[in-house]
Amino acid sequence: MKEQITQLICAALQDLGEEMNLPGLAGATPDTSLFGAKSLLDSMALVSLIADLEDRLAREFGRDLVLADERAMSQVRSPFRSVDSLATHIEARLRESSGS
Amino acid sequence: MSGVMVITGARKGLGRHLAEHYLARGWQVAGCSRGESDLKNAAYTHFQADASDEAAVVRMVRAVANTHGRIDALLNNAGLAAMNHLLLTPQSAVRSLFDTNFLGTFLFLREVAKVMVRQKQGRIVNFTSVAVPLDLEGEAVYASSKAAVESLTRIAAREFGPLGLTVNAVGPTPVPTDLIKAVPAVKIAALVARQAIARTGEPRDVANVVDFFLNPQSDFITGQIVYLGGIAN
Repeated sequence: MKEQITQLICAALQDLGEEMNLPGLAGATPDTSLFGAKSLLDSMALVSLIADLEDRLAREFGRDLVLADERAMSQVRSPFRSVDSLATHIEARLRESSGS
Repeated sequence: MSGVMVITGARKGLGRHLAEHYLARGWQVAGCSRGESDLKNAAYTHFQADASDEAAVVRMVRAVANTHGRIDALLNNAGLAAMNHLLLTPQSAVRSLFDTNFLGTFLFLREVAKVMVRQKQGRIVNFTSVAVPLDLEGEAVYASSKAAVESLTRIAAREFGPLGLTVNAVGPTPVPTDLIKAVPAVKIAALVARQAIARTGEPRDVANVVDFFLNPQSDFITGQIVYLGGIAN
């Protein structure tokens, strides 16, 4: 499941890169930073990515997730720091909401 | 202008009037309230949802976006009112007012804005009250909840401005609806006497301001609070 989520995040980043003229996002990998000094995304781009991802997840998995929930925002290490950490966070949320 | 609109608190009062107003102008309207609606119109969809229930708000907004592919306007109308002296106000009343008036407004704004950000445009209209600038005795909690809505409006306008959205608020004077039916007539009369134009409001007065915020030419109008009746902040 995590591989599928990672691909979904990378696809969202690629579309965002085309839209915002950030060609560096075309080759997003699990190590791609989503915020901080190494990230190509500014705060507006990150907000757009999260909104887009929630929609893609709803379509792909049929689940209505709010990614910026209490647990995500209270973690010492933010799940939004990289593609891989975000995929881990989303996978945990999806498994939780499916009861598996 | 027409498109797809979400109206909270659409079962009765101002929300119902606004739903009928925009249906008559060709909008597709999705309304919500805690109870069922008897509004019958092919372009109207009703959702039974509590505005302060995050999961219910997320479900409704995604259902509307999936059905129509977009959301062009949000009228964050759902609200509760209560008058009481501060010393006679129970904690539960404070929670209830803030849940509907502020939390409900916040949740719909956040979820609808996610849809609007993707389409790079959208109009959000929040609902405040002249109770905020008038500092009305007996309305400390109600006015405080609406003051929070005003701050939310101004800050959301700044955060969403670069994303193509406008966020404004209308502050009606008392409009004879269920919202104020429990307020003594003498209190309403005293409030109306403080307005530049001393009459109660009509739903059409509110619709007129909302029309202005939704007008395509109002795309440079954001973060504004417009009070009716000549009340100034």
